[in-house]
Amino acid sequence: MGAVTAAAAAHLQLPHIDYLSILPVLIMMGGAVLVVAVSSMTRRAMGTGASTAVSLVTGIAALVAALFQWDSVATHGAKVTIAGAVVLDGFSVFIQVTVAVAVVLTALVADGYLKREGIDGPEFQALALLSASGAMVMGSANDLIVIFLGLEILSIALYVLTAMNFKRAESGEAALKYFVLGGFSSAVFVYGIALTYGATGSTNLPEIADYLARNVVTSNGVLLAGLALLLVGFGFKVAAVPFHMWSPDVYQGAPSPITGFMAAVAKAGAFAAVLRVFVSSFATVRTDWQPVVTGLAVLTLLVGAIVALSQRDVKRMLAYSSINHAGFILLGLEAADPRGVAASLYYLFAYTVMVVGTFAVVTVMAKDGDNGHDIEDYRGLARRQPVLALSLAVLLLAQAGAPFTTGFLAKLQVVSSVVAVHGYVLAVIAMVSAAVAAFFYLRLAVVMYSPTGSVADPLPSDGAGDTAEVTELLPFERGSDQVPGLAVLTDAPPIEAVAERRVAVPRLTALAIAVSVAVTVVFGVVPAPLIDFAHKATLLFH
Amino acid sequence: MLHLTYLIFLLPLAGFAVQVVLGRRMGDPLAGAVATTFVGASFVVGVLVFFALLGVHAPVRSFTQSLWTWLPVGGLHVDLGFTVDPLSMTMVLFVTGISTLIHLYSISYMKGDPDYPKFFLYMNLFVASMLILVLGDNLLVTFIGWEGVGACSYWLISFWFHRDSAASAGKKAFVYNRIGDVGFLLAMFLTFQSVGSLNYSVIFARLGQVSPGTITAIALLLFVGAVGKSAQIPLFPWLADAMEGPTPVSALIHAATMVTAGVYLMCRVNPLLHASGAASLTIAAVGAATAFVAASIACAQSDIKKVLAYSTVSQLGYMFLAVGTGAYEAALFLMLAHAFFKGLLFLGAGSVIHGLHDEQDLKRMGNLRRYMKVTFFTFAVAWLAIAGVPPLAGFWAKGDVLDAAWSRYPALWVVGLVAALFTAYYMSRLTALAFFGDDRWRTDSRPAGAGHHGGDGGRQPHESPWPMTVPLVILAVFAFAGGALSFPWYGKGTLLTWVDPVFGANLYDAHQSVGLQWGLAVTDSVVAIAGVVVGLALWTRVTNRPALENSFLRRSWYINELYDSVIGRPGARVAAFTASTIEGGIIDGAVNGIASAVRRSGGLVRRTQTGYVRNYALGIVLGVVVIFGFMLTRVWWS
Repeated sequence: MGAVTAAAAAHLQLPHIDYLSILPVLIMMGGAVLVVAVSSMTRRAMGTGASTAVSLVTGIAALVAALFQWDSVATHGAKVTIAGAVVLDGFSVFIQVTVAVAVVLTALVADGYLKREGIDGPEFQALALLSASGAMVMGSANDLIVIFLGLEILSIALYVLTAMNFKRAESGEAALKYFVLGGFSSAVFVYGIALTYGATGSTNLPEIADYLARNVVTSNGVLLAGLALLLVGFGFKVAAVPFHMWSPDVYQGAPSPITGFMAAVAKAGAFAAVLRVFVSSFATVRTDWQPVVTGLAVLTLLVGAIVALSQRDVKRMLAYSSINHAGFILLGLEAADPRGVAASLYYLFAYTVMVVGTFAVVTVMAKDGDNGHDIEDYRGLARRQPVLALSLAVLLLAQAGAPFTTGFLAKLQVVSSVVAVHGYVLAVIAMVSAAVAAFFYLRLAVVMYSPTGSVADPLPSDGAGDTAEVTELLPFERGSDQVPGLAVLTDAPPIEAVAERRVAVPRLTALAIAVSVAVTVVFGVVPAPLIDFAHKATLLFH
Repeated sequence: MLHLTYLIFLLPLAGFAVQVVLGRRMGDPLAGAVATTFVGASFVVGVLVFFALLGVHAPVRSFTQSLWTWLPVGGLHVDLGFTVDPLSMTMVLFVTGISTLIHLYSISYMKGDPDYPKFFLYMNLFVASMLILVLGDNLLVTFIGWEGVGACSYWLISFWFHRDSAASAGKKAFVYNRIGDVGFLLAMFLTFQSVGSLNYSVIFARLGQVSPGTITAIALLLFVGAVGKSAQIPLFPWLADAMEGPTPVSALIHAATMVTAGVYLMCRVNPLLHASGAASLTIAAVGAATAFVAASIACAQSDIKKVLAYSTVSQLGYMFLAVGTGAYEAALFLMLAHAFFKGLLFLGAGSVIHGLHDEQDLKRMGNLRRYMKVTFFTFAVAWLAIAGVPPLAGFWAKGDVLDAAWSRYPALWVVGLVAALFTAYYMSRLTALAFFGDDRWRTDSRPAGAGHHGGDGGRQPHESPWPMTVPLVILAVFAFAGGALSFPWYGKGTLLTWVDPVFGANLYDAHQSVGLQWGLAVTDSVVAIAGVVVGLALWTRVTNRPALENSFLRRSWYINELYDSVIGRPGARVAAFTASTIEGGIIDGAVNGIASAVRRSGGLVRRTQTGYVRNYALGIVLGVVVIFGFMLTRVWWS
């Protein structure tokens, strides 16, 4: 036995590695290693500013590398490298670009946050870069095992990032919940891989597709069980209902910049993988999984929109909004054709920019050390800080799908892709959910533009209950004013005090907000370049 | 120089932009001076373009400037294009010229108004819209100006919106104009459907392919638009109420921008009218009827501005009579002459109102010729001009209109002649009441103004300052000598030869003998002088003649009451029913019901959000179970 292994090792051939295909991933990991190495080797810990700079340079370098990849794909076509484990195609490049943009924007936002909260920069930035590299791996993975690898790199770093704000108990609580449930879902996912391997004899995506194309596997129970478990695993990562329950608690507990980052990058990575796996490998058995996706999409669209209505905490509301967005992106998967995939990709990019920008505003709006995200804190913001309020209003309108923003085009494309495959009912449900969702986005916008001291938001008073229960796993001391909904209705702070509160907007955060607003509006008014990019990315789909 | 065309409308637009940004900071009177400068510059550019246009060989005297393709949608291809030809050039010159004078006048008239800069902001936009309307080389660009004029008129008429009457007058103008706009829009749709283009030259070139019925329909729909904008029967009541705006606004609306737009549009689409006799007859009949009805109403009004307002409606009726007759040149001539004397009348009236401290009631004026010499002399010129007394401008212009009507529609000529008699009569009545007779303003029952002047000194009428009188004098010169634009014995160089490239063979030629022309001219003169004599004789000494001011005429043939009972009140009842029952009960009920159902279900789902990890894990497991269940059905039933 030992001899056999030794012999195998002697003949082990290292696969040829095409470094360009994983260059953005390498850059991300290199940046992370650099931050950690420098901060542990130098006597004085690396400053937050310096780590931000490294993170920014890394993100931009990864972006540039992705553009080189695009050039290569456009001229030489897609290719599979590293023993079939990694694929370099338009799709993977699009995901690398999306993730790199998220990293750059998040680094800008996090800088001010870390300084304000007194959290060490290097760990934060290194973990963010690592997490992003995981999402990139998922985007270019050509093998279920590699997808799992990326998923874990992404997730484990996110667990730690969620716990990053050690001053807030919620932060740790959220991380623990995320970790326990994430571990659970990873187990489910791996089991799904195992069953799929059992049914098809491979974990390699093209080989699975080949196998399914060559053998008529009509409703093989093992394969279907594997599919189901894979869907559950991905469903957990993208927070599709009913696997979404972790997300409101985690979004609320995580440091605000990380919430935006998580919403963007985890979705990008997981959706990239699920789109690739199901549209390219399991295309032949689509009648088996499409109804499941339909069900998930319907539930996700409706629950996300409806439950968000009764949230008072802005971060929690945005968590449900993010669930709602996941439902929309699932529509592209439901369509399961190049048009649907392109629509989902476009949606991912648009959403990434919008959500990081939105959480950038939420970050600066926080008070008492990232607590206090009650909707009432936004009242009269337009009077105090008109530019900030306008930026948030634009981003919220974009999320609601207002025309002349990328958000509108994103929703339009996913819905029309599902209409193109005759999914009329699903399209109607999606549009209804968009209408419902518009209500809570606009409510926040209206609150910002209402004068302070006017009548309270007409939300039922039990709106606070949901928030309070977050603490039940790890009970800890809370001041009376930390139940935001109740605080507003019972002992609201003096109006003058609220009116005078101007939040500080660090310059880099302002830059991030400006960039996300600009991207959202400019590509909303001049839609062609980005839509072309997304469409070409799927044409070059391996 | 022709390529400067775009500056003609861009300058007032730039003035508007400057006022938007800096108006408040510039304040009184700099804002007014700047606004006047922009409009004046536009006039100067207009003159330069005019001379450049003169250099173009007459038969092809037209220049189109396409700034960019505005709407490339499917088969519809609309350029943002502007045309200068003799017709639009004439309009540009008098619109910018008279607007400049009115702006100059307003600098002093609006002095002390709290919204001084806002006034000039609207005025500049008003002029810019009118110029876009006039210069547009297609129906859509014209329509932009058309709508801009409508919106600005709304803002300016209700400029003193804190007065209820002004606010509702603005609304009234807007609503009546919207009715007309529907006609314009339908005409555009029909044109695009039948011709495939909105460009004037393309439409006219392809008229042969269009059925006569369609041409008549387009012409009449456009005429509906013109009826709204130019206050013809049945859409005229708004113009009388529009005098709620500041007097310079009335002058601008009546003389230069706005109401002439309808006449201009009809002249612009003259090939359509030429191709449709029915449309022409309709237009002429409506015009003559309006001329008569409005003139009769003007005879019984006691508000100086209302008399002038109905007078405008009546004169516009003459212009449409000319258009319907095919005498476009006469319509244009009367429009120019009217711009001079009506602008002068309004500014003169404004001067009187200003001098009498906002008194508008003719019955409380009198003998003002002693106190306001410049105003009186200039006003007298305008009075005789509009009355049609030779040799002032109105005589020649109105004469041309009536001559053409005599040959083509003799019945309408009679109506027009009666209206001319009324015109001379009510203008003389106005002049007699305001400038002759006794100083009735002394016995005013209202408390005297400032006590420190002593006695009635505070109410002593005074002549207006120079920015108000200078425009009066300039306009008086034109109102006197404007007839020279088109003396019948001129062979060349008149308005007729100037606009010939636009109208060409579409122009109606009466072929009247010299004797007939003399006969008609004498008839006109006799009617005019008779009207003047009667008016002065009846009203110089006596200020109340209930028989001549019966309530039928005073309340403008009860037209407002008619509209109110036929359209207004039933409409309000339908609206009330819809609001309370349909909207309140059914729609709101459904919306609120759904909203509360959604919210309640949200509350239910939220119960599952317990915060316990074990419950969340259970949720995942349940999801897995359900999906497994579904997959099992696939396995079993395959």
